[in-house]
Amino acid sequence: MKRSLLAAGSFLLVFQGASLELSEASAMRERAATAKPDAKATAKAAAPNSLKARGEYLARVGNCMGCHTAQDGRPYAGGRSLSTPFGTFVTPNITPDKATGIGKWSADDFWKAMHEGKSRDGRPLYPAFPYTEYTKVTREDSDAIFTHLQALRPVAQNNPPNQIKPPYNLQPLLSLWRSVYFKPGIYQPQPGKSAEWNRGAYLVQGLGHCSACHEERNPITGAWGAAGGETLGGGQIMGSNWYAPSLTSSQEAGTAEWRIEEIVQLLTTGVSARATTSGPMAEVIGHSLQYLTKEDARAMAVYLKSLSDNKTARPSKFMPLTRADASGSTAPALSEQVRDWLQQGAKIYKEHCEDCHGASGQGAPGVYPPLAGNRGVTMTPPVNAIRSILNGGYPPSTSGNPFPYGMPPFAQVLNDAEVALVLSYIRNAWGNGASLVTAEQIDKSREGMH
Amino acid sequence: MTRLFIAALICAAGFSTANATVGAASAAPIDVPDTMAERMKPCTICHGESKADAAGAAAMTGRDAYYPRIAGKPEGYLFNQLRNFRDGRRYYRPMAVLLENLSDQYLMQMAQYFSALKQPYPPPERMVSSPAEIKLALKLIDHGDPARKIPACRECHGKELMGTKAFIPGLLGLPRAYMIAQFGAWRSGGLMRRQSADCMSEIAKQLTAEEANAVAAWLAAQPVPAGTGPGVALSAEMSGRCGLGQLSGTLP
Repeated sequence: MKRSLLAAGSFLLVFQGASLELSEASAMRERAATAKPDAKATAKAAAPNSLKARGEYLARVGNCMGCHTAQDGRPYAGGRSLSTPFGTFVTPNITPDKATGIGKWSADDFWKAMHEGKSRDGRPLYPAFPYTEYTKVTREDSDAIFTHLQALRPVAQNNPPNQIKPPYNLQPLLSLWRSVYFKPGIYQPQPGKSAEWNRGAYLVQGLGHCSACHEERNPITGAWGAAGGETLGGGQIMGSNWYAPSLTSSQEAGTAEWRIEEIVQLLTTGVSARATTSGPMAEVIGHSLQYLTKEDARAMAVYLKSLSDNKTARPSKFMPLTRADASGSTAPALSEQVRDWLQQGAKIYKEHCEDCHGASGQGAPGVYPPLAGNRGVTMTPPVNAIRSILNGGYPPSTSGNPFPYGMPPFAQVLNDAEVALVLSYIRNAWGNGASLVTAEQIDKSREGMH
Repeated sequence: MTRLFIAALICAAGFSTANATVGAASAAPIDVPDTMAERMKPCTICHGESKADAAGAAAMTGRDAYYPRIAGKPEGYLFNQLRNFRDGRRYYRPMAVLLENLSDQYLMQMAQYFSALKQPYPPPERMVSSPAEIKLALKLIDHGDPARKIPACRECHGKELMGTKAFIPGLLGLPRAYMIAQFGAWRSGGLMRRQSADCMSEIAKQLTAEEANAVAAWLAAQPVPAGTGPGVALSAEMSGRCGLGQLSGTLP
């Protein structure tokens, strides 16, 4: 099962494009909302009051079930395989079964796992369990989640052990990694930011564990939960052929120029006029984010929108056949050969794509994503766009969008060269400019399909 | 849905001036029909367009024999297959990827939509069997083989072999290669893994390769009788054997 690592996911962001003038009114609202930080407001969920109900809500926000449930398995009974370069992790049973689950755990034990990344017996846990993010969760919220889990019906289910490759299976190495890159500590509200902003930061950095996917995971540099805060700078999702785009870059999935309502809409329904989700991000929205309270969704949006734009281009390994120029553009030089390729791509586009995405790449925002100015197709790593063409897919069914429109799969219709040509064309039509895509890149994505 | 769509249109209209810098993006948004047919484009790219003409009928067999006809199949059958694909009980990755984030409610809508589609059937395939193979096929289809606990195909799949409501698919109008592949999948238990109602798996294991091939070849060569659809009832014995009562309880 080659599913994504850690159920948090990548945006396949599909953008309306050109910068929008930020509405004056919303800018004013934000300035007005910038008040003193309020630690209590940060920790307090706007969800139902009972501890168990609040725990259930918070467990949704953390998408605990996403990883702790095998495909077609009993909820929370574990058994989902997470394939990573370090080996295969199998998620544990966290139902209150005494023999096979966490029935013998106390709230202190649970807190130790969430906050310190240690098991009940004191062994350090592998950060496949995102305690590098969950450490920011408050004790109050941890206890609520624990109460919810303990109230579940116990499921007796033993799961297969992890299969971690050497040398990563050596405990001293894990301890060394922890000593360098992991520092326990709950989220500290930032002075000078509004309570709403701090609540959003708390959710994004903590339970939401967005950085589990939207950051490069590298065993050497240990960006995995590097102490000192998250960057959300984007990265290839471990064990899957998806790229989780940067949430800060205006060239990728940064939302600095979006209206708050558009971000909320995307997070809670899976689609907006600006973007459509698919792949792992659709999964996260379907299982987790669609259940956010209005207040929490808005808080997350306020925080995400505030993330600075670093305009970092991706490393050159993603840029074959490019012309590096002063503007930083990765668009190809228009040689006769390139023009010919793009013309061939245009023909394929006309035949297979134009009906839905339009002759000018204008699409139908909110239904069929516009491709003109779409960062999801022009961002430097083309893997998400390749995947979309090959596999197709639907955004998630959500209460706000129960019957979504979808993208047909073209893996069985177009060969590698044709996909490369049409995507190269899309990346360089209607004002778009991005590197050409090669048939080898398509082939590599097909490999990842099985 | 309509409201969302209209909202999208309004947003798009609002954006069009801002889009001027992207050049051509000021074109009017595509007008998307608010219909199930439009939403099912990801399905029909392989399973065929819903056109009630000869070209559409030919397309219903898909681009090759491995994309089966889905129009007019019993809705319970289609719903179960959609869930089985999504949840990994019936393994076919392209279907799993397509359906992974969709709700039971939407899958039921899809099943109802395709079940209600009245599509002309493609012409039958050319008969490739010898007289002995035809005889073998008809024996199994009409009488089964009680000694090996193989019921007649008609007993469950309907007198006219057009299926039985709500879960049993029709057998006519399908490509031979597709049916042979399904026999293989049933035999290896791969089609409905972990599902208790595994009666077809038991039957397929009893059939020899020659028998399965003969049955598939005969079925594929039959014209679909006009004006037929799934039969309405299954005998209590067969229903019990396949645990279908249990399945009915799972319909939303």
